[in-house]
Amino acid sequence: MANFKFNNMEHSYFFIAMIYLAAAVVFIPIAKKLGLGSVLGYLLAGVVIGPSLMGFIGQEGQDIMHFAEFGVVMMLFLIGIELEPALLWSMRAPILGLGGLQVLTTTVAIAGLALLLKQPLNAALALGMTFSLSSTAIVLQSLKEKGLLSSAAGQSSFSVLLFQDIAVIPMLAIFPLLAGPDAGSDNGHSHTLRDNLPAWMQTLVVLGAVVAIFIAGRYLVRPLLRVIARTRVRELFTAVALLLVVSISVLMSLVGLSPALGAFLGGVVLANSEYRHELESDIEPFKGLLLGLFFMAVGASIDFKLVLSMPWMILGLVAGLIILKGVILYGLGKIFRISMEQNLLFAMALSQVGEFGFVLLSFTQQNNILPKETVSIMTAVVAISMALTPLLLMVYERLIQPRFNAETKEDDREADEIREKHPVIIAGFGRFGNIVGRFLRANGVPATILDLDSDRVDALHNLGVKVYYGDASRHDLLAAAGAADAKVIVIAMDTVEQTLDVVKIVRKHFPHLQMLVKAEGINDTYELMDLGVLHIYRETLDTSLRMGADTLKMLGVRAYHAQRNMSTFRKQDEKALKGLSAIRNDKKLYINTVRERIEELEKLMNTDKVTKWNPSAQGWDEQSLINEANQDA
Amino acid sequence: MARILILFAHPALEKSRVHAQLLTALRGIQGVTLHDLYEVYPDMNIDVRHEQSLLLQHDIILFQHPLYWYSAPAIIKQWMDLVLEHGWAYGHTGTALRGKYLGNVISAGAQESSYHPNGWHKHSITDFLLPFHQTATLCNMQYLPPYVVYGTHRLSYAGIREEAVAYRQMLEKLRDGQLQIQ
Repeated sequence: MANFKFNNMEHSYFFIAMIYLAAAVVFIPIAKKLGLGSVLGYLLAGVVIGPSLMGFIGQEGQDIMHFAEFGVVMMLFLIGIELEPALLWSMRAPILGLGGLQVLTTTVAIAGLALLLKQPLNAALALGMTFSLSSTAIVLQSLKEKGLLSSAAGQSSFSVLLFQDIAVIPMLAIFPLLAGPDAGSDNGHSHTLRDNLPAWMQTLVVLGAVVAIFIAGRYLVRPLLRVIARTRVRELFTAVALLLVVSISVLMSLVGLSPALGAFLGGVVLANSEYRHELESDIEPFKGLLLGLFFMAVGASIDFKLVLSMPWMILGLVAGLIILKGVILYGLGKIFRISMEQNLLFAMALSQVGEFGFVLLSFTQQNNILPKETVSIMTAVVAISMALTPLLLMVYERLIQPRFNAETKEDDREADEIREKHPVIIAGFGRFGNIVGRFLRANGVPATILDLDSDRVDALHNLGVKVYYGDASRHDLLAAAGAADAKVIVIAMDTVEQTLDVVKIVRKHFPHLQMLVKAEGINDTYELMDLGVLHIYRETLDTSLRMGADTLKMLGVRAYHAQRNMSTFRKQDEKALKGLSAIRNDKKLYINTVRERIEELEKLMNTDKVTKWNPSAQGWDEQSLINEANQDA
Repeated sequence: MARILILFAHPALEKSRVHAQLLTALRGIQGVTLHDLYEVYPDMNIDVRHEQSLLLQHDIILFQHPLYWYSAPAIIKQWMDLVLEHGWAYGHTGTALRGKYLGNVISAGAQESSYHPNGWHKHSITDFLLPFHQTATLCNMQYLPPYVVYGTHRLSYAGIREEAVAYRQMLEKLRDGQLQIQ
């Protein structure tokens, strides 16, 4: 297809942004509709708008990919923040064992194969290391979308990917050593702080950076978030969240560590923080967009001209690579006792080459380890292998998994899914909500608590109560708090406006949630009734009636009588309110009815006919019996 | 001197003629504890441990109540269901009440003669109180013959006063062990 020329617009960021966004908006719904998943949709969109097909975007695809890789960093931050440190520690065996063996075995196998194909030793090693890595972005995003992240295969994949992120560090150090005779002095790797330092100093710098993340996360970021939350300027919190991830990336790049790894650690440090849900929901949209951009850039980077010039060679390489990686993964999975069904998923999920392959391949070229032609071919192989992953997972889902379904139970998956998902969400933990929460806790019912008052969140946090700071009227935050899986939401916000906002959001996005809503007075009770809320609790009704009953008791009225009258009065009052609610928009009728009610009340109070709302207690009243007995006598 | 616990139940004492007087009469008797169940537990939420410790502190337990539908008002049943726990009041290890006495103090609207095989109600009061009797037996307690104020529908104020005095005297004799129990 001919390349379109948009003279002035071609370099306009807005134009490029428009193309990418439009491609996403057009292709993702189609991909979803066809059951392809969003990752494949993005990849296809990239292919279509890329230089090979429509040519809307050209060579800047590579730059965009580097920029969009930041989405991967954000994704790892989010994964870290969802991971309790204790859980990470319990995964150390699969991370080091499974991950370490995977990188080592795959590197050796591919390097050996390359040697057989008469590649020099340094090129073989470079290829081996490059191809041993898998794509964090594609694998985790695809598994997450399919809800498989907490399955045995998902956990194992995650362990391996985490180790690969660590393994990148020594790889980057080794690559210059493999350099060919004409290696350029600028190998793209000399920008980090530690390059001119002796080895022991480098190690110290790296360790120092990791320790710095932990200390800063614990003693700097939390107080900072507290201060920011107190300003109650919403976008400022988003800014801080982004600043956090960006700073970690900068620090990590400075010391030559993987930004994704650093972000992951940063996330883990904040996993126990009360601002966790808020951070999650702030970063989430950026992550989603950047990852989408990244996938599109990968799609656009596939050089179809090259592929078409030697289709069998390239496709053969892709197939060989996927099979080799898959077989090694499957073997390791077997050693680590992953069940066959999960092991197949594990092997297929990680069989591609990762996005870091692009970086390493460009290094190999800069370092003259591989000739330019080989690098182009290999880059295409990497991109195609990535693009094939969602398809492979689809094959697994459609063809392989159904065969296992009959025999395997979903035990291992479900047990993991539930962690931290509580049946009850309490929105607003003020003087009202906290009583509800304490009562539930006393009954062994765990609740996820959201509150918007940062001082209160801190105070409660110090008391050991897990309260999350956040605005419950945001549906993404509710989602992060597990609204999709919860059964009940207790809404006890401080103001009427907040309450109504939350009710509307819940009604719109989580209609399955039962709502129990605190109301302040008559007017907001009416509004809640109009919104269809069934369970409304006027905050002062029960307490004032209890006070009234106790007043009666102190005047000598029997406790049981007071108790029954209290209960009847409340029922009557709520019934009357419902009646008034129905007619309140008709001002005249409303005023008339209210006046009637007041008159009725006055009449009741002035006459002995209190029995009209008094509970009937004829069964205990012997007067009629006495009358009869005396008549008979 | 035996210690007497009166478990009193009247859901509408404010309308009562007889029990209001009976309660006034027993005010201040040494060794007699009055426990007004509807007043203490208006929500029927009975504190089982407290009730059990009260029982342990007394030798004679009396349910005082009007006769409603040939039985006691609802809270007495609730009290029995909750307080007389298996393993505490009955069963192999349920010996807490062994040797104590249980009885009913009842007001009945009709005359004594109507509680007779040939009378209006076809059965004696003792027949109707069989569940209480057997409860006492199961709890290793001795069941006392019921103390009944009959014909309350036709009792005059003076008549009720007399009944109240008699009740007080009965309680004092029971406390001092001067009462012959058939």
